[in-house]
Amino acid sequence: MTQLLSPQVQPPLGRSSRPRDAAFAGISRGSGIIVLFTMGAIGAFLLWKALPALRANTVPFLTSTQWFPDDPQPKFGIAALAFGTLLSSVIAMVIAVPVGLGVALYTSHYAPRRFAPTLGYVVDLLAAVPSIIFGLWGLQILMPNSIGLWRWLDQHLGFIPLFNNSQNIYTRSIALAAVVLAIMILPTVSAISREVFNQVPPGHIEAALALGATRWETMRTAVFPFARPGMVSAAMLGLGRALGETIAVALILSATFSINWHVTEPGGNTFAANIALKWNEAGNIGLGALIASGLVLYIITFAVNMAARVVVERRRDFSGAN
Amino acid sequence: MTMTQGTITSEELHDLLSQRKLPRWNTAAVLATSVAAAILLSLMTPISGVAGTTVVAFVLFLVLQTWLSFAVEGSRYAIDRLASTFLVSALVAALVPLASILLTVLVRGFHAFNAGFLTSTMRNVSPRKPGGGILHALIGTVEQVAIAAAIGIPLGVLAAVYLVEFGNRSRLARSVSFFVDVMTGIPSIVAGLFVYTGLILTLGLQRSGFAAGIALAILMIPVVVRSTEEMLRLVPRDLREASYALGVPKYRTILRVVIPSASTGIITGAMLAVARVTGETAPLLLTTFLTQSININPFNGPQASLPTYVWDQIGSGTTASIDRAWAGALTLILLVMILNLSARAIARLSRVK
Amino acid sequence: MAKRIDVSDLNVYYGTFLAVEGVNLVVEPRAVTAFIGPSGCGKSTVLRTLNRMHEVTPGARIEGKILLDHENIYGPDIDPVNVRSTIGMVFQKPNPFPTMSIYGNVVAGIKLKKRTKKSELDDVVESSLRGANLWEEVKDRLDRPGSVLSGGQQQRLCIARAIAIQPQVLLMDEPCSALDPISTLAIEELIHELKQQYTIVIVTHNMQQAARVSDTTAFFNIAGTGKPGKLIEMNTTANIFGSPSQKATEDYISGRFG
Repeated sequence: MTQLLSPQVQPPLGRSSRPRDAAFAGISRGSGIIVLFTMGAIGAFLLWKALPALRANTVPFLTSTQWFPDDPQPKFGIAALAFGTLLSSVIAMVIAVPVGLGVALYTSHYAPRRFAPTLGYVVDLLAAVPSIIFGLWGLQILMPNSIGLWRWLDQHLGFIPLFNNSQNIYTRSIALAAVVLAIMILPTVSAISREVFNQVPPGHIEAALALGATRWETMRTAVFPFARPGMVSAAMLGLGRALGETIAVALILSATFSINWHVTEPGGNTFAANIALKWNEAGNIGLGALIASGLVLYIITFAVNMAARVVVERRRDFSGAN
Repeated sequence: MTMTQGTITSEELHDLLSQRKLPRWNTAAVLATSVAAAILLSLMTPISGVAGTTVVAFVLFLVLQTWLSFAVEGSRYAIDRLASTFLVSALVAALVPLASILLTVLVRGFHAFNAGFLTSTMRNVSPRKPGGGILHALIGTVEQVAIAAAIGIPLGVLAAVYLVEFGNRSRLARSVSFFVDVMTGIPSIVAGLFVYTGLILTLGLQRSGFAAGIALAILMIPVVVRSTEEMLRLVPRDLREASYALGVPKYRTILRVVIPSASTGIITGAMLAVARVTGETAPLLLTTFLTQSININPFNGPQASLPTYVWDQIGSGTTASIDRAWAGALTLILLVMILNLSARAIARLSRVK
Repeated sequence: MAKRIDVSDLNVYYGTFLAVEGVNLVVEPRAVTAFIGPSGCGKSTVLRTLNRMHEVTPGARIEGKILLDHENIYGPDIDPVNVRSTIGMVFQKPNPFPTMSIYGNVVAGIKLKKRTKKSELDDVVESSLRGANLWEEVKDRLDRPGSVLSGGQQQRLCIARAIAIQPQVLLMDEPCSALDPISTLAIEELIHELKQQYTIVIVTHNMQQAARVSDTTAFFNIAGTGKPGKLIEMNTTANIFGSPSQKATEDYISGRFG
């Protein structure tokens, strides 16, 4: 959010325009209120329509991994969904944040000035690609071509449980979904951190250079400390995006309700993918269960996005932007 | 405590100032050596194809370059080079998937494209056979996005007007602004869930193209608010003051002076928002029923759309369907790119003026 | 540690544009040399060539020689990074690193060069801050961020940061223009003390300041927009202000232009 001077001025009051002015002010304030109302309404409606299913549930909602909501004795729990969502998103972040920050830093401080805007624009193109195309590409191109990688990891680093694969099947895995997610959130991380990197006052960079710093040392001394809140915010916004991604994950994973740390094995599920996949075959309680899981997803992404904004707001006081 | 000063000899001065550096051609040489070594290795031992050799070459390059630099230039420059290498690799790592996606969509999509693709539907087309088209999906997408724009753009622009012209740093304005930011991060499927629970279940709205349009509008609004807000803030204060000084009431000033002067930026922002939601699939899956035929009535009955078409074809799984999926993907990406590029072209044209 | 600087036939370019032409001058050690002249005459540009900051701008370059004692700082195997740690600079707008503490700011340059023990760092911090006449004011709050200081204190912090790495020369680019008169006086007094140990070159648009502070003064001028700046006259400060030999110098000194 840019803190430009508020352009608000009050005109001298005329007689005949007052009701129209008031009406217009009311309409635009109303639009603002609709925005607020929508955010609250989302949570409220989701909760309301999820309650019947939650009440009918016979196993703990938060810790069970079963998903049979349309059984005579409904049983559904989000543990496996939470696990899959968090694990795939975290792995995606581990890949996307360093690469995104690297691209942003390169574009803002290393690339020749003539190419920098073009480079930024090209990387931003990734953000314009619809998620279904990511899913199609991931399924048809990346999946067959990455089997070698997962196999190598299994054979040489298999002592780490994460890379171990006991099935010797390397398709439709959380690892693959995480890689696709990483590519999808990369432009988000990159664009936001690029903006922050570009805002570092040139005076700080000059000060570092004048002390006899190499280019990388200048980044470490003048750029990173200044940009840190922005970098954290960029990472968190990327996380938020990964948590909520539906279609690409739904296409790639072979949805199973299990908690499996072997990420290169087939299986796994996320909140969003589960909703998309199970929606049309769900009965009444089934729909309610999916809505309940959607509510959990909403709360998690809401919290992550809020935290991302708060980080930037709070550190603004200490960042020395003044 | 004064700083000790020594006189330093001219050799010491030279040492202080000078620095052994690797020659300019060193990067190319080390790169070439690493690639050659990696290729050699892949011929001798069964390492997997192109990707594996590239990784080996990269690792070799890193090790060789860093070691050389450390030996000749010292640790500070070795680290500096390592950092530069990492940054360039990050750039490559970002560009390779983009190139792969765009190329694949182009090549495979084109392959399945034929004259009839844009003008026929999937009605009576067997999933196993090639043929058929996306006319029904195109119509659906155009209508749904139009509905989304008709709802989302006015709401978004008005909310931005409120924030900029009336908000006055009030609690309401700050809350709205904060939550608009948070709203940009709503998962698209949650927007679909909201329309389903709030409108379809509660108010009895049918699953239809219209419901999909509302869900897309929810996704559009925060983007429109933010970009419009930015554009409105760029309009200089003097313009408003001049208008008031002439006795023009506030609502008229906003409608006739402020918004028109920011209009290009607002349009650009709106188009980019439209491009964003055109590719959304998840909310459509929850709010519409799919069909293989044309339905021009968005308020009643199942309606197809481009993203759900691709989804459906992928689900069919046959070779013919996958081909159609790629062709659909190509159409979708072309549509999104056209919207994007037009928006940026408009922005650039107005800047030139 | 104070060295002499010899500038021979210096031409300064931004790309193909010749910004300053044909400068020949000598900066004496343990003295203050002032560069004065109207806006745009190239005095800051020349200053920045002395520590190779000029070439940070893409396309910027020089022709000619600049010798530090007998070493050409633009020699083929000379590293600009090393030059900048040997010839320090203080800028017009005080720029302490905002997220670092006062302590952190002072040691920022030292930490780049090599690992130093904490006790040694403590010593350097104290001596640098004393050298910048700032120690007494901040010794109890070394861990506070640099941004809590006033403008004049921030500038002295920047000076402390610059002298902490024991440079041979200290360049100052209009160090007082962003400061109030009291802080300006404090810095001018500081310069008077610093010159006993360092070679100092100061660019200033304030003639009275040059007269107060410097031993030698160089007057630069520019013939017109788009033309290169030139060194018009260089002499002891007393002579430049008392009996200038060039008409342009006299006109500038007496305020007929500038």
